[in-house]
Amino acid sequence: MTPVVEGRAIVRDYHVPGSMVRRAKNVRAVKGIDFSVQKGKTLAIVGESGSGKSTLARIIALIDAPTEGELLIEGQGIDITARRPGPDLRSKVQMVFQNPYGSLNPRQKIGDVLTEPLVINTDVPAAERRDRARAMLQKVGLMPEHYNRYPHMFSGGQRQRIAIARALMLKPSLLVLDEPVSALDLSVQAQVLNLLADLQDEMGLTYVFVSHDLSVVRYIADEVMVISKGEAVEQGSREEIFANPTHPYTRQLFAATPVTDVEAIRARVARRKAARQAVAT
Amino acid sequence: MSLLTIRNLIVKFATATGSFTAVDGIDVSLDRGEVLAIVGESGSGKSVSMLAVMGLLPDTATVTADQMTYDGRNMLTMTGAERRKLIGREITMIFQEPVASLNPSFTVGFQIEEVLRLNLGLSGKAARERAMDLFRAVGIPEPEEKMKAYPHQMSGGQCQRVMIAIAIASNPRLLIADEPTTALDVTIQKQILDLLMKLQEDHGMGLILITHDMGVVAETADRVVVQYKGRKMEEAEVLDLFENPQSPYTRALLSALPEHATGDRLPTVSDFFNEEAAR
Repeated sequence: MTPVVEGRAIVRDYHVPGSMVRRAKNVRAVKGIDFSVQKGKTLAIVGESGSGKSTLARIIALIDAPTEGELLIEGQGIDITARRPGPDLRSKVQMVFQNPYGSLNPRQKIGDVLTEPLVINTDVPAAERRDRARAMLQKVGLMPEHYNRYPHMFSGGQRQRIAIARALMLKPSLLVLDEPVSALDLSVQAQVLNLLADLQDEMGLTYVFVSHDLSVVRYIADEVMVISKGEAVEQGSREEIFANPTHPYTRQLFAATPVTDVEAIRARVARRKAARQAVAT
Repeated sequence: MSLLTIRNLIVKFATATGSFTAVDGIDVSLDRGEVLAIVGESGSGKSVSMLAVMGLLPDTATVTADQMTYDGRNMLTMTGAERRKLIGREITMIFQEPVASLNPSFTVGFQIEEVLRLNLGLSGKAARERAMDLFRAVGIPEPEEKMKAYPHQMSGGQCQRVMIAIAIASNPRLLIADEPTTALDVTIQKQILDLLMKLQEDHGMGLILITHDMGVVAETADRVVVQYKGRKMEEAEVLDLFENPQSPYTRALLSALPEHATGDRLPTVSDFFNEEAAR
């Protein structure tokens, strides 16, 4: 089966301009990454800030072009520098950003937020646009009467639902999610993750999910790619990576992830007690 | 042995549509050298109650309490001058957004020296040397170079280290950390938490950690207060809380952790409240 999205040796350079005292230089943010995602699956891209994971996400979402390498959407080579992505491509790939406070225009009503992708990319008549937007609001767990409200009237979790709804208006096959739950509280995070899982089942969506939180990745991913300093240091199925992380960087990530296991807490509490007694005596 | 005792703290905000109660009768007590975690989601009043202790709330807020004592001193009847001697010296605070809590137009060296000058009366060379000692203590590499850096030239993790250095400059006995690692990556989070715990143990500081992350609680706290909509839901030793949570809200929070997912779906807090209501 043709993968929904495939990357071959993707490279991205950023040019840092020089000044009187500093020479201009090129920074290679992504250093030749290969990946492919099958329909209905979730690829999680894991790494810390500066690893190049967001750069890669922006390339997959057709926002930035790769400097070298090839990006294929449904088996078709895409070069956004040669031709701007038109409505056909935009309705295949959509993106949800990390910060739901920054990604919605505060002066735009929710209805306009949701219908705008249709206005730009399709010739769906106004009445149908409205109906579709209302239906989408319900689908992501909001109310049709939210249509005429502004973003500031919603909580962070609700805004992220709106951002997801906007991304789904064009019925894309691929959704690129850049840290979609990092800015949310734990219980709201669970709701949004559930929503994403439901939508994936219902609409057969393919996800590229960027995150630094391994516990979230373990819940949502089918395939995992760990990247560090622009290179994919480990790639494999969720089971493989979590059962047997081989690269030192992956192990370091695991070691840094907080453990909520009762035995681990018991051990820590005992250690602290011992340390205190040692000080007291 | 109690360092901070608060009883029946109520914080109300005057809004256009009437009075809003953000904190509704919270009790907090902290022993010397203890680590207390206050857990809750946004809107639970966890930050507001600690900002009330620091006196950092805006004028629209009314703070009342039956008791608010720090080290045997009554904070409710204190004059402004007495309070200012306490806040920023014996009680200090660090915030969630390290980059936003530093002043972008001054070097970090200037900002830490300012604290040393105003609070400890150090000046010139003495202040510089103490500042560099503090930078070393919080693990900032090349402290001499970094003193000349502006906040935007440093990473989030390093800015948080600077904030911690400033907060411990006066050897406080109580440090309040409001979501100190929420804006940071897991690997950096681990480093910052390890640093806070090390400083806490070395200096025997009391530490109040405000967070929504149960993982952070599991890794740091001695005792935990769970707050929801301005009320205390539960208070327990950390091990008891994870082993045998009493309040339904705590159980909901714990089961919402992705690593505790059993089936395809994550239980959410509202699921839990529905279940409780159905019973």
